[in-house]
Formats: sequence, structure tokens, C-alpha cells
Amino acid sequence: MTVANAPVLLSDAGTPSRRRSVGLAKYLGLTPFAVYVLIFLAIPTILAVSTGFFTEDGSFTFDNIVGTFDPTVLATFVSSFWVSAVTAIIGAVVGALVCYAMLGTRAEGTLRSVVDSAASVLAQFGGVMLAFAFIATIGTQGLITVWLKSSFGIDIFAGGPWIYQVPGLLPVYVYFQVPLMIITFMPALEGLKSQWAEANATLGGTRFTYWTRIAIPVLAPSFIGSLLLLFANAFSSYATAAALISQGSQIVPLQIRSALVSETVLGRENMAGALALGMIVVMVVVMWAYSVLQSRTSRWQK
Amino acid sequence: MSNATRLGTEPGKVTRWVILGVVGAFFLVPIIALIEFSFRDGLGGGYTTGHWTGLFDPANARVYRDLFQSIGNSFILAAVTVAIVLLVLLPTMILVHIQFPRLKRVLEFICIVPITVPAIVLVVGLAPVYAVVVRVLGGSIWTLAFAYGITVLPYAYRAIQSNLDAVAVVTLSEAGRSLGAGWMTVLWRILLPNLRRGVLAAAFISVAVVLGEFTIASLLNRRNLQTALLQVGQSDPWVAAIFSLLALAFAFCLLLLIGRLGRDRRNRSSL
Repeated sequence: MTVANAPVLLSDAGTPSRRRSVGLAKYLGLTPFAVYVLIFLAIPTILAVSTGFFTEDGSFTFDNIVGTFDPTVLATFVSSFWVSAVTAIIGAVVGALVCYAMLGTRAEGTLRSVVDSAASVLAQFGGVMLAFAFIATIGTQGLITVWLKSSFGIDIFAGGPWIYQVPGLLPVYVYFQVPLMIITFMPALEGLKSQWAEANATLGGTRFTYWTRIAIPVLAPSFIGSLLLLFANAFSSYATAAALISQGSQIVPLQIRSALVSETVLGRENMAGALALGMIVVMVVVMWAYSVLQSRTSRWQK
Repeated sequence: MSNATRLGTEPGKVTRWVILGVVGAFFLVPIIALIEFSFRDGLGGGYTTGHWTGLFDPANARVYRDLFQSIGNSFILAAVTVAIVLLVLLPTMILVHIQFPRLKRVLEFICIVPITVPAIVLVVGLAPVYAVVVRVLGGSIWTLAFAYGITVLPYAYRAIQSNLDAVAVVTLSEAGRSLGAGWMTVLWRILLPNLRRGVLAAAFISVAVVLGEFTIASLLNRRNLQTALLQVGQSDPWVAAIFSLLALAFAFCLLLLIGRLGRDRRNRSSL
């Protein structure tokens, strides 16, 4: 899936001339979707990444782009990076362990269908609700907070209410990263063929050689690909952070929020555009690498 | 010890349940905390069922009017989004599958773009687009579904495509055509019944996505379930907790149902 080969495919679609008259009506059938995607996907995307190059009154400028290199803005990119990286690594390792634990259970069984459904809900639709769940757990009056204080005298907020700041994002993000890893990595792990293990055993290999010489090398591209997907997921997630952090804008999506809703400073919409451009550059690079790794993985799944 | 365990490809029973138990506990605690919180009687300690029963008390109807209206909005949005998936995406996917196999890659590319262009980026460009939409179609809530139709594209596409790939669509429609059926008959009586599972899965997952959507609604100043939850959470966190639980449970049931649909398909094809 590269942007470059899309137009080539489009021009390929020109059919031989004798079929063209019949085909014209068929092309009409594609227009509703094409128009819809143009208005609500293509135009917004182009607007989002291009407004950063203009001032409020419409003249061209690099000021907003240069503005993203301002130390305070750059710092939010750094925060976003480390939150995404840390939660992606924890999520990928824990998620992979869960996938491993589920190997050998029946794909149609209750365990798998419950885990699959719960993972989809938590990975994709939680957002605001997960923030609430964590406030109820480790918020200042949360179940675990109160329990730790009354039973062990441990005050987890001795150093300040970190749950409402960037470190507070870590447990919540891990909470939706692990399920996403389970969804994306399970098919790869299931693609391991039992014949490979048998071949390994026949040739005198041990469990250890099976994992180090066969399974891990085969799974590596898929694992790293999933890790990148998790990174992109955390990097672009907004709802949880918005629900948890109401003051300030310590990560990039929150910076976009303050640029969009700011009523005191004019021309901030264009700053939002510049930030959106920055995010999209990161997302495109990460997702491109993901798709390259993904196509390497699918080689083994045939 | 099973064969697979001996070969080392699968975990032993103990390993399996230790991993699942520890991770499962980490995932259950916040949900339990949310349930516990919804029964708390204020900040003083003690428990009450008042927050749950109070929801259905007519005396509180006015207090929760905004919340219930926002939930209504979310369901309207879910319905219109599903309509977009069924009326715009589905016919296009079938058409491309049958008539333009070369465009398959392009369609797939378009449908996964929303993963790379996340909602928080898209909303920056949607703001000016919606300025026009509101002028043309008015400011009612359902117009937001146009944006949600894009958000659900990757999920809906994947659900329908896996069904399309599993059914011999071209053969079926050619068979229908050669027996004298028109295109509408082929679509209604041959293709849709065969694609029912994929279409249902796409519809359910779209509903789940729309009910959980916060980013676009919040930044375009629209009211839906999630933005209302955040607002209610500031004055009445117990009610916010209750509705979070209900929404999570609802989405979980929808996804269990999708899983059930997929399983039926596998069972049938193995017969």
C-alpha cells in the first residue's frame, strides 16, 4: 500500500475500447463512493495538512511550520513519542505473552471468543470510559489508592496527582495497547505450522532451538510491525488523554485541541494545521514501515 | 502432556493459566473499580444503589435530560452511519469485486487511509468542511455521521471484504445473470443473502465505533454519548460510571455477536 502505485492502478483500469461504451454506466456506479470519500476524507486531509502553510488571511507562510519547532511544542512531540514508545513496548510484550498463552486453545471456544470481543472493545472503543475506569481505580479516591493507603499506608500520590498528568496516561494506554496487540499478533502466532516443530524435533532440536531458530525469526517482522501499529495507535489517540488531562496540553493531540478551541489567540487554527502535518508525517512513516513488515509476514502465512 | 506441548509449540497448562490469570486480573481491576464506584454513597464511604435507581426516577428526568438526549444522538448517528456503510460502501465493494478487480487495491488503500489519518488530524480539516455542510444541510446532529462513515471505513471494509473473499461472488452473479436475473435480483436474492454475515458484522462494528466516538464530536462541538459522559462526569461522576459500564457492556455484547457470526460461517463451511 504505497501512495505511489495508486495512480498507476487507476490508469490501468482503462479497458479496451470495445468494452468502453458498456463500461461507462458501470463507472457511474463508483461515483457515490468516490464523491463521498473526496468530500469527507480527501478534502479534510488536504485541508488539515495544508492550513499550516497559510496565515489567517490566506497568505502563504512558513511561520506555523517553524512554530512547531518551538521548544515548548517540540517538548509535546517528545512527550507523545515516549508515551507511545513505552506503552507500545509494554503492550507488545504483554500482548504477545497472552497470545502465546492462548495457543492451543480452541479458536471457537468460549475463552477465545470472550478474549477476542473484550480485546476489541478495550482496544478500539474505550476512550473516555477507560479514563473513568482508571480514575475509579487509581484516582485520588480510587479503589486501589484507598486500599493501599488504608492497608499499607502507601500514598501513591505523595509526589503529586500524577494521574492527571502525562505519567497518568501510561497505565490507561497500556490498558488499550495490550488488547490491540492480542488482536493484531494472534493471527501471526497461529500461522506457525506444527510441521516446523516436528521437523525441528526430528532433526534433534529442542524447545529452545524451536523458538530461537524457527519461531522467533519467523515472528519477528510481525512482532515489530505490531509494535509500530501500537505506537501509531497511542501517538494518535486523543479521547483518553482529553478525559484525563483537562488542564494544559502536554502531548500533541492535546496541543491540537488547545489550538482548535482557543478563542483568545487568533490564527491558532493554522497552528493546528501545522501540528496535524507533523502528526501525519510521523503516522505515514510508521504505517509505511508497518505495511512493509506486514507483507513480509504474510509470506509465511500462505 | 499433549504432543504440541512436548514439541514446545504450546504452553503447558500451568504456564497458560498463570499468564492469563495475571494479565486478566490487571484487566479486571479497573472494571471492578468502576462497578464499586457506581455504588459509592458520596465521598464519605458506605454504599448505595441510589445512583442506579435514581436514573429511572421521573424526578431526575430533567437532570439527566441532556444525557439521555445525547444518547439518543449517538443512536441516530449509529443508524445513519450504518446506512452510509450499507448504501455507499457495500454496493461499491460489490461493484469493484465483480466489475473492476483491478481497482481492488485502490479501494483497499482508500479504506485503510483513516488508520493513518487519525480522527484528531482529520478533525482539523473537517472543521471548514462542516462549516459548508451546516450551511447546506443545516446543523442537525445526523450530519456528523458523514464523518463517522469515514471513521468506520477500515472496520467495515475488513468485515465485508473477508466475506466477499470467502464467497464465489463472480460465479454466483454470472450464474444468476445467465438464468435471466436482472442486476437488482442478483443483488437482492443472490449476493446479499450470501454476504449477510459480513454485512451484519460491518453494521455491528460500525455501531460500536460510533457509540465510542469522542474526538470528532467534541472538537466540532456536537453532543453525543461520549461528550455527554465527560460533561456529566464533572458534576455526577457516579452516573458517568454507570453509563460507561453500560456502554462497554453493550459494545462487548455486539462484538460477541460478531464473533458468533464468524463462527457459524466456519462451522458451515466445514460441513
